[in-house]
Parts: sequence; structure tokens; C-alpha cells
Amino acid sequence: MAGIVSYGSYVPYRRLKRAAIGQILGVAAVKGERAVASFDEDSVSMAVEALRDALRSAGGAMVQALLFATTTAPYAEKLNAAIVGAAAQLPAEIRAADLTGSVRAGISAILQAADAVNAGAGRAAVAMGDCRLAAPEGRAEQTNGDGAAAFVIGAQDTIAEIEASASVTREFLDTWRAPGDRFPHSWEERFALTQAYTPELIAVIRNLLSKVNVAPSDLSRVVIDAPNVRAIDEVARALKIDPARLADPFAATVGQTGAAHAGLMLAGALPAARPGDRILVAAAAEGADAMLLRVTPAAAHFRPRRSVGGMIESKGDVSYANYLKWREILPTEPPRRPDPERPAAPPMLRSERWKFGLVGTRCRACGTPQLPPQRVCVKCRKRDQMEPYGFADRSARIATFALDRLAYSLNPPTVNVVIDFEGGGRFLCEMTDCEPEKIAIGDEVEMTFRRLFTADGVHNYFWKARPRR
Amino acid sequence: MASKGIKDRVAIIGMGCTPFGEHWDKGIDDLLIDAAYEAYASAGIDPEDVDAYWLGTMGSFSGLTLSTPLKIPYRPVTRVENFCATGSESLRQACYAVASGAYDIAMAIGVEKLKDSGYSGLVVGTAPNDGTLGSITPPASFSLLAPAYFKKYGLDADKGKDVISRIAWKNHRNGARNPKAQFRKEVPIETIKNSPKVADPLGIMDCSGVSDGSAAAIVVRAEDAHKYRKDPIYIKALSFIAGPGDGPMSTEYDFTTFPEVVASAKDAYAQAGIRNPRQEISMAEVHDCFTPTELVLYEDMGFSPRGTAWRDVMEGFFDLEGKLPVNPDGGLKSFGHPIGASGLRMMYEMWLQLRGEAGPRQIDNPRIGLTHNLGGAPGRCVSFVSVVGREVG
Repeated sequence: MAGIVSYGSYVPYRRLKRAAIGQILGVAAVKGERAVASFDEDSVSMAVEALRDALRSAGGAMVQALLFATTTAPYAEKLNAAIVGAAAQLPAEIRAADLTGSVRAGISAILQAADAVNAGAGRAAVAMGDCRLAAPEGRAEQTNGDGAAAFVIGAQDTIAEIEASASVTREFLDTWRAPGDRFPHSWEERFALTQAYTPELIAVIRNLLSKVNVAPSDLSRVVIDAPNVRAIDEVARALKIDPARLADPFAATVGQTGAAHAGLMLAGALPAARPGDRILVAAAAEGADAMLLRVTPAAAHFRPRRSVGGMIESKGDVSYANYLKWREILPTEPPRRPDPERPAAPPMLRSERWKFGLVGTRCRACGTPQLPPQRVCVKCRKRDQMEPYGFADRSARIATFALDRLAYSLNPPTVNVVIDFEGGGRFLCEMTDCEPEKIAIGDEVEMTFRRLFTADGVHNYFWKARPRR
Repeated sequence: MASKGIKDRVAIIGMGCTPFGEHWDKGIDDLLIDAAYEAYASAGIDPEDVDAYWLGTMGSFSGLTLSTPLKIPYRPVTRVENFCATGSESLRQACYAVASGAYDIAMAIGVEKLKDSGYSGLVVGTAPNDGTLGSITPPASFSLLAPAYFKKYGLDADKGKDVISRIAWKNHRNGARNPKAQFRKEVPIETIKNSPKVADPLGIMDCSGVSDGSAAAIVVRAEDAHKYRKDPIYIKALSFIAGPGDGPMSTEYDFTTFPEVVASAKDAYAQAGIRNPRQEISMAEVHDCFTPTELVLYEDMGFSPRGTAWRDVMEGFFDLEGKLPVNPDGGLKSFGHPIGASGLRMMYEMWLQLRGEAGPRQIDNPRIGLTHNLGGAPGRCVSFVSVVGREVG
């Protein structure tokens, strides 16, 4: 039976205090803060972070399919999952697809992956990330959050089996965004809450539980992801679910992360699960999907590489002004420097493993790891004795650094670091998610996949260093 | 290293140099014409007398950039480019051409027009690439030298800032005595220290300026030099080194030296027969693109033993009145850095100083001068060193 083999999650480093929005715009502020993808992040790069963690925890067996779920795909035409797969160093021989258009896409992707596994696909990876824009002064600007989650679905070595699922789909107008629209529109709140999310979730959960003859009181944990968080309480009340068993929707700490949200909540709930526990996951939008998980004995030995809680704790503020600049809601005076040039397709193809996977080389003659990949060894000068050598998952220390106030950046100064990798290899790269005044020689850093800039509609992805999270 | 050199086989018989600065009223053509005709006049020759040209420029392509405005009548014109050492590279090629006997008279000319771009700082185009090359700007990449040097030799941040600020102060002081410099004012050391940060610890006053300019030299074989003038200057050494570019990839590189400069200085001293550069060199023009660069260069070129250049700076060793004046014309700091022209502008100062024509900044009886040009960044660069003198032998 298909189930979850491993999982990963990602909450970006920056937080925007909702009170700061309220203060500047003169609107009522929702409690707490929201997670904000940095200027160099998007749904793809965040999904990569979560997927890398999920794959590292999954052990050796390679996946045969990859689904990427989002409502904010960086490319409207071009397979976004291909970028996710390349950055996560998945083999070329996989089936891959983007699932977009609905905040339900994340749980839909898990169910589709499970169907594929049950049909004999071996393992399938699901990566979900979202980075939704909302217009200033609107409630969604405050309640949205950015984040990602990823799951490896398989039939063997599962930590939680997917016992059953149920779905309902209804045409319904609550939130919509046409091609070309910057911000989504939405209908009056009470309408969707009372006529869609609450009744649909109740119906789909009842349907699911009746299929397997499980009572709401048998559920150890209940993950409900509704576009309006008030639906969670309404559903719990109607189904007599103990509120203490409801999973944290991260409303005050992260915000609602769109297509990634059900996954992120599940990733937040799983570490506390005990073998035999039943976890219900349900997400609503134009209907609802629900699945019932049964935690296996293997879960007792599973620890995620990074926990949602840990990433919520690891944070730094972003001002509302910077948030508006990062999202290009507030246009700024362009720098007196040339625009970056788009990366070229043939060199990107030639260096795919380097650019997307941070795979360098190691000299077989003298053993020196080196990056970028070389043909003639930087140390012993022997030619063509190289083997591929991955740097993405290795930690490094800062050898020296420079704060660049001339380079154009949405978050100046640009921090450049010279880093020495554990096990060898030196690289000069940008550092992100850091407080420039606190950087010191010797600091430990790890590599993170980022979107450096966009030129002519081409998103230029590559790797940066960040303080260890 | 198998560099044999051409000591005393080639002489410079004339030079020209435009003022450097914001030439809003002049294009590349104008700058080239002005520098070339000043050089023809200086050598006392007609344009038709020049057999071949080497044009150093980063931003313009082909020999036609020079042959068209000058209406050069069907002669070889070669455009050369070698990063920020482009001007020096054009001189090196012209010298080898006359030394070989292929031509009797050659001109090396360099030009750049940076102010027309509308950008701040230098902008270098790159070939289509995979987007992984990084975006570090020149001030940031050279700023890597400062903390590394300070740490290695026990200077705290304040002391280090004093040292690099004094280098800028000295170069502006020299530039104030030069009518062709872009900036012709002394700058108080406090202004330098407190200038807005560009790449910590570098402030704007630690950076060379952005300017337009052109300079040219006319070279002949040494035995022909006296046909043209009684006081030519002689090429003692020309060294050019491109490094393997492994600094940013090798954990052994510590950002307190340019190995390429060490190699090119060693090569140049061997060519010129110099054993003790600190004693034997009367003056030097070096590539002070940023103040920490000049600090490190002193040690790489053997002007100061390792770890001591900062003391020499503070003691005035490299001042105009010091034992080894460096950048007597004001350097890149006072002239800005029009890429193709800078190496020849450095040589122009040698031309004036060795022949006693440097006016208020004339050094007392200089015999041997050195020019140094650098292109790239710490750990991955090209380096040029020349040695010139006013006598053969």
C-alpha cells in the first residue's frame, strides 16, 4: 500500500510582522507574522529545498516520478518540475508534471503519486511550493505565507500508509486570478465559508471515514487546510473532533502557504506521530480532497532533516518597505548599471549538473575536489582525470567575505563569500538570508538553490551560501 | 621561465597623452587623434612614418577603430585586449615588432571612453554563459584583500583603514601636481577615511575614478633612437603573466598577494638585471585600482619585505619625496582608469620623469622606472611589469 516514505519542509528565513503592514497602510493588523520568500526565492526554489531534505531522508532508492504543485509557477509555459528535478539531482528517466491552478494541488499531487505507486511506479516524489502575491491593504497580504513541503511516496519502507482517500469537486467562485492578473480577486468571505469550505470538508471527511469505518474520535491528528482558517473550527465542531487534535495551521507564524499548506501542516504534525496513529489530512478549494494516514512502526526511527518548528524559529525580519520592493509592488529607481543578461540555453544545457545540481569535480589523480567543474586539475594539472563530485549537501566555512554596495540588488549590500567546503573545494559565491553586520570569517554555511535574477523572462537559478539553519 | 627579454633593444622616442577626465565634448575618435598627433609631434615624425600600430582598447573592436579616424594609409593596425592591462599589452606588442626587425617604427596607442555608458563603475561584457559566473563588482573583489592582509599582519580595522587611506591621500597629493589628471586636488585624509562605503572597508575614496582618455607611444629599435632625439628612454624589461586563475578555487590562496604579480616582477627583474628593486628602482607607476591593491603590490614587487609595506606607507617611503615614489603622476586614483589607456599613461609619466619634464612633481634624478598594470581580480588576474631607463646598460 502506498504511503509516505519520507518528507521535508521549508519555511523561508524572512518574517513580515503584520503589525508593520497595519502601521504603514493604516489597516487592521492580523495577529502575528508571516513567512516571506526572499527576493531570490520562488515556488520552485523553495520546493527544491524541501525536496532535497525529503530525498536525503529517503535513503538510496530513486524516484520514478516527480509532481510539482503550486499556484505560482515561475513559468506559465515550460515544465517547472524539470527545474525542481534537476536541482534535486533526480535522474532524467522520470515522469514529471506540474500541478497548478488550485491551492488543493499539493494534496492532489500526493494522491496522484499514491495512485502511481499503487499501480507499480516504485517511488514518486511530490514537491509543493507557493509564493502567492496579494494586493496591499487586503487581508490575504497578511494571512498568506510562503513555504514548501515535499514527500517521497512509495510502497516499501513507509512511515505512514495512505489507507484511504476521498474527493469532491464543485465549481465555485471564491478566489480567482486570470492570466495577466497580478493579484487574485475574491468573493465576500462568509459566502465561501458557509457554502463551500465548511460543508465540503465535512462531507469529504465523513465520506472518507465511512469508507474505512473509522470514527473521528479514532484520529490522533487532524490536518485541515482551508482557505479560510475559521472553517477548521467549524468542521471540528460539526464532526466532534477534539480541538487539541487539530494540527497547527501556522496562522500566526507562517501564514497560509497555498498549494504547499496541507503538506506543510502534515510535515509539522508527523514528528509527534506514534506507530498506529491515524492522521487525517483534508484540504479545500472548489471541493476538497481528504486522505487517511496510518503511521507505521518505521516512523519511530524517522527524523526529518529539518523540522517545520525549527525553521519557524530560524528567522529574521523584513521591513514592509523591503517586502514591497522584493515583490516589485513598489517600483524603484533602476541602478546605473546594465541589466543582467539572460543566461544562454546551450551553456546551460552543457553545465546542467553544475548549474542546477552544484556538481563539481574531483581529481582521480590527486583527490582534490574543485568547483566549478574542471578538466585540468587545479592542483596537479593532470588532464581529464575528473569524476563528478557533489557540493550541494556539504557544509562549508567562510574563508573571507566582501560586502558589495555597488552591485545591484533588491536587498543591498550583496554579500560575497569565499567558502571552503568540508572535505575540500573552495568557491566564491553570494550569501543570502544573512545579517551582513554579523558575518565573520569561520562561520559555517550551507548551500541553497536560488533564483538570482530574471532577464527576458528567463529565471536564472543557481546556488548561494546561507548561514546554517 | 623562458622569458629572454629585449633589454635595451627598443627605445621610446615620443609619447602623447590626453588629459584624463569627463570628455563630454570628445568621442573615441577625438581622443585617439589627440593622443596620436601629440606622439607624432613629440617624436618629430609624420603620420606616414609609422609602419605599424597596436591599439589597446576594451570597448571597441578591430584596427578600424584607429585606422578610420586617423585615415591610416593601408598599414597593419592590431587591436589588442587584455583586461585592465590592455594599454601595456599594446606597448609590449609594438616593442616586440620593432625588435624583431619586421618594422622600423611602431605606435602603441590605448583609448577608452567610459563616461558615455551612463553606468557607475566599470562594465565588462561577457560571452553568452550559463548564468553561474556571479556578479561581484571590482571594488568588492579587491576589498577581499584588506581584511586578509590586516589579519595576517596584525593590523586592527582602524590601523588598516589608516594605511589604505594614506595611500589614497598620497596619490591625490601627487595628482594635484599634474595638469593631465582627472582629479587635481589634494584630499584631506579624514575625507578619505569617512567617504561613503562601497565595499567595506573600502569607501568611494579607496576606488579609482571613471574617466575617458588616450595615450600613445612611438617605438623604434634602440640603435635608431638617436636619429629622432637625444633623450629617448629605453625598454629594459617587458613581462606579461596570465595566472591559472586558481585563487578562487584553491584553499591555499590567502588573498594577501597576487601570484601573477610576483611572477611578472621576478621575470621583469631578471630581464632588466635588477637584484634589489627596493634600492635600484627610482620610481614606479603601479595599478592602484583600489587602495588595498597598491598595498599588496608593494610586497609582491619586492619594494617592501612581506608584512612591512604598511609601515613603509605610514613612514612616507612611497611619497613623492620618499625613497621610492610610487604613482608620482597621481595613479589611477587621480586619473581614473580608461582601460586601454592606463598602461600607456603610466609609461607617459616615466617618459616625463626620466627626461626631467615632470614639473612640480619632478623626482630628483630618476634613472630606472617601473610600470605595473593588472587585470582581473585577486586570485585570477593578468599582470604586466615593465622596467625602463634613460640610459643603455
